[in-house]
Amino acid sequence: MIANYGYKDGSGEYYISIDTDKCIDCAAERACLTACPKQMFEIIEDDYDDQVAWIKKPNCRTLSYDCADCKPSSGYTTLPCITACTPGAIKHSW
Amino acid sequence: MNAEVNAPTAPEKKEFWRWQESVWVDETKDWKTAKIVTCGIDVGSVSSQAVLVIDGELYGFNSMRTGNNSPDSATNALAGIMDKCGMKQEDIHFVVGTGYGRVNVPFADKAITEIACHARGANYMGGNGVRTILDMGGQDCKAIHCDEKGKVTNFLMNDKCAAGTGRGMEVISDLMQIPIAELGPRSFDVDVEPEAVSSVCVVFAKSEALGLLKAGYTKNKVIAAYCQAMAERVVSLLERIGVEEGFFITGGIAKNPGVVKRIEKLLGIKAMETKVDSQIAGALGAALFGYTLASKKAAAAAA
Repeated sequence: MIANYGYKDGSGEYYISIDTDKCIDCAAERACLTACPKQMFEIIEDDYDDQVAWIKKPNCRTLSYDCADCKPSSGYTTLPCITACTPGAIKHSW
Repeated sequence: MNAEVNAPTAPEKKEFWRWQESVWVDETKDWKTAKIVTCGIDVGSVSSQAVLVIDGELYGFNSMRTGNNSPDSATNALAGIMDKCGMKQEDIHFVVGTGYGRVNVPFADKAITEIACHARGANYMGGNGVRTILDMGGQDCKAIHCDEKGKVTNFLMNDKCAAGTGRGMEVISDLMQIPIAELGPRSFDVDVEPEAVSSVCVVFAKSEALGLLKAGYTKNKVIAAYCQAMAERVVSLLERIGVEEGFFITGGIAKNPGVVKRIEKLLGIKAMETKVDSQIAGALGAALFGYTLASKKAAAAAA
C-alpha cells in the first residue's frame, strides 16, 4: 500500500509517501525514526495488522515547514529520511 | 397608565445547509434469524452513521448530524436504528468504530480508520470492480485506490482545509440562502458555464462568490462556479494517485450532481452508481470488517 501523508494548499503539494509493502519487513531497522531531525516518523499497526511507519498526525499539516530544514535550500543534497530508508519506501512529492 | 413594551424578537434563522437525516431498514430481512449481527459506527466531523449488517449483508442504517460530543453522537446514531428494528445493544456481536471520532465510540470492540472502511464499503456498494474511490466528507477529502477485495493499495487524504469538502458546500449554501440539496441541480441552470472560483480556500471562494454576485452574476452562476472549483480541487487530488476505471464516490457530496457531473467531465469517466446512500460507505465498511472479525472469533471459539 502507498500511504500519502500531507496536504495541498495554495502554496503547493506536500506529501510524504510511504510504500508499506517495503516498510513491513524493514531492512534498515527502522532508521527513519532516528534519521528525521523532527522525529516525524512513528511505527503503528495499520488497519491490516501490519507494523509500518507513518507520519505523526500533527506533522501531516505542517510538512512544508517541518521538512524545510532538510531541503536543498538548507544545504542538504539528500534528505536524511530517504537516505536512511534503504528499502526505498519513503518519497517526498516536493 | 401601564404601557406594555414588547421586546423585539430575533427572526428565526433558516439553516439552508441542513441536510436530510435518514433511517432505513430492509423490511425483507429478519435480524432475529441472523447468526452474526455487526454494527459499524462512523463518527464524522459533520455526520454520524450507524449501519447494521446481518450475516455479511446490509440490514439498516441511521444517518444523522454529529453533535458536539462524539460518544453521544455514536450512541444516538445506534439508538436511532435499534429503535427502528426493535434491537438491543446486547443483540449485536461486534461493533467497529470509524471516522475522526472512532476512538470515542464507547461501545466499540475495535477502531479502524475511515480510509480502510470506505474502501470496504465501496467494494460492497459498487462491487469488486471498484478501483478508485473519492470520499468527499464533511471536513476532509480522500482519494483511495483498492483491489478487487476492497483492500486499500494507495491513499491520499487532505484535511488541512475545507476546500473540496462538504463544509465548503454548506458555507456556499448559507451564503446563497438556498437549501443545500438544491445547489447541484441549480448549478446547471446557467447560460454559460462560468470560470471556477478559488479551489484552494473556502474563505477566498466565499469572498469571490460575493464579488461575483455584486458583479451581476445570478445565484445559479455563482453556485456553478463553486461546484466547478470543488470538482477541480478533488480531481487534482485524484490525479495524484491516478484514476482507474471503476470510479466510485462516497460521502455526502456524492449526492450533489453539480459537483459529480463536473468531476466526471474533468476525469473523462463516469462514476459508478449505487442504490445505497453514499454517506454510509464508511460505517458500512466498518460493519463488514466487524463481520469478518466476528466470524473469525466464532470460528476460533468453535475450534
